[in-house]
Amino acid sequence: MTRRSLALDVAIGAAALALLALLPLVFPSKALVDFLIRGSALALFATSLNFLVGYGGMVSFGHGMFFGLGAYSFALLMQRTGMPIPAAFALALIMCAALAFVVGVICVRLNEIYFAFLTLAFQMLVHSVIILWVPLTGGDQGLRGGIPRPPFLGINLANQMHLYLMSCTLLIAGLVLLHHLVQSPFGYTLRMIRDNAARASFLGVAVLRVRLTAFVLAGVFAGIGGVIMSLFVSGAYPEFAYWTISGEGIFMIMLGGLNSFLGPVAGTVILLVLNDFVTRVTEYYGLTLGTVILLFALGLRRGLLDVLVDLWHRNSPFSKVKA
Amino acid sequence: MDLIALASCLSSPACIVTQSTGGLIIGMLLFLVAAGLTLIFGVLKVINFTHGSFYMLGAYFALTIFQFTGSYTLTILGAGAATAIVGLVFERLFISRVYGQNVLMQLLVCYGFVLIFDDVVKIVWGVEFKSMGMPPAFQLPPLFIAGGVVPPFYLFLIGMAFLIGLALWLVIDKTRLGKTIRAVAHNPSMVAALGINTGFLYGLVFALGGLLAGFAGALAAPVRSLTPGMGFSILIESFIVTVIGGMGSIMGAFVAALALGLIRSFGSLGFPLFTDGLMYLFMVVVLIARPTGLFGKEIA
Repeated sequence: MTRRSLALDVAIGAAALALLALLPLVFPSKALVDFLIRGSALALFATSLNFLVGYGGMVSFGHGMFFGLGAYSFALLMQRTGMPIPAAFALALIMCAALAFVVGVICVRLNEIYFAFLTLAFQMLVHSVIILWVPLTGGDQGLRGGIPRPPFLGINLANQMHLYLMSCTLLIAGLVLLHHLVQSPFGYTLRMIRDNAARASFLGVAVLRVRLTAFVLAGVFAGIGGVIMSLFVSGAYPEFAYWTISGEGIFMIMLGGLNSFLGPVAGTVILLVLNDFVTRVTEYYGLTLGTVILLFALGLRRGLLDVLVDLWHRNSPFSKVKA
Repeated sequence: MDLIALASCLSSPACIVTQSTGGLIIGMLLFLVAAGLTLIFGVLKVINFTHGSFYMLGAYFALTIFQFTGSYTLTILGAGAATAIVGLVFERLFISRVYGQNVLMQLLVCYGFVLIFDDVVKIVWGVEFKSMGMPPAFQLPPLFIAGGVVPPFYLFLIGMAFLIGLALWLVIDKTRLGKTIRAVAHNPSMVAALGINTGFLYGLVFALGGLLAGFAGALAAPVRSLTPGMGFSILIESFIVTVIGGMGSIMGAFVAALALGLIRSFGSLGFPLFTDGLMYLFMVVVLIARPTGLFGKEIA
């Protein structure tokens, strides 16, 4: 893996954003725009989860709590206070960071399996609180009544195209930032801890602090995904904080490839397309999706992008093959 | 929250008896499922996410066997055996391919099967709720213990689950086979070097897990309605049990399952909307105090 400069990342991101912006002009379809907004939210969520799982070796089963909290806190702030959208956005992310800090302090010292299950327990606790606190959250009915969207800086999120461009921008900006983090000394420290925490600590790395920082960062980026989702559905639902969403995040990572930075994005597209396609074609959704998952797990044995990257390395004469 | 209801129940022996037996039923069924889960994890280091599906299959097998034979004894034995075979085949054909791989890859294989088993049940038995009905031997008037109503089947269920748990403990702790299983959990390559077929043992452990889940399904069938999604909720709860008890510890699973059953049963009176929340709160508290669970050992 070679280091790329931030400038190059930004340039690639800008090009990708331009392509995404042109897409609806070439294929004017509301379904496509909806798909990509939903995809942006979930891709950001999955990539932030992979920041923990793939780079940090911290398998979180509770990452959905930040997705849910981002969605609920943004939607509630907009409904109850009428503050400008950027302010509510920032506050929602601060709340995600605060929750991630508290949960992280308790969880990051645990080893793999117990870390996974304690994060799961916290997530379900958040979910239970959402169900319980009916006056604030609407309970199991979800938060209804829509989200007010006062225009700001000439952006009107009530317009589906504006929302689309905003979602794409947040996705690309989030990916560029996360990629920068992954390529930074911090990212390499995180990988060192994943591979050998004891050695990292002998070298003077504050292991728990690095893990906690990564946990908080991942929580914030998952929160951005939640905010996009709440704008897309105009509300928030308890399912956003249910364990199934964390499970989906893991499947996205695994289907797309956990060793490639863009693997989770590819996985998101695969899972969403499968979901939409399979439910349209057959009533045996589980049988079909289950078989596809097994083909990936037992046939490819890796995510799609990991396989492609391997093939590329094997066939490219310029590659310096590295595990 | 309804603390008054909880307090008034706790002050009446009849209510305590009723709620406790309800809690014990939940706890004992959870224990049977969680014991298999924790056994499989202890020996194979695999988190078997399909274990809830085994329970579901056990219950549906019980339904069919009972409809054909009318004998509840045959139903329990048959459902257990059939689910054990499912576990064995599943391990030999699929799970054995992902040993030593990333935990998430194992999870993916298991999840694929959760989806497939759910759909298979839908195709074979239909989507609608099914109920097996109480076996004729237990269609008796309820017992009254300290004024609390206790259906006789409840006592049978609790006793059976207890005996099965005891038998499991005897097999694992006292027999040569159990010793070999514990050895393979500790050091598989050494056991293999001593000429013992570890692949066969792995299959056997999965079959044993399937047997327990099948028994649980058969015992649950008369008192629970059967749906294609019934494996999912018990899966999550039995995970909580194994984690609280300590992954790999059958004794821990027993204690945690009973505690969770009672929390669910009494919690549903005092905190009707937060019953699930109480379980997770319990899990959080236990894991903060003892990061490897109540009876767990440090796994490096």
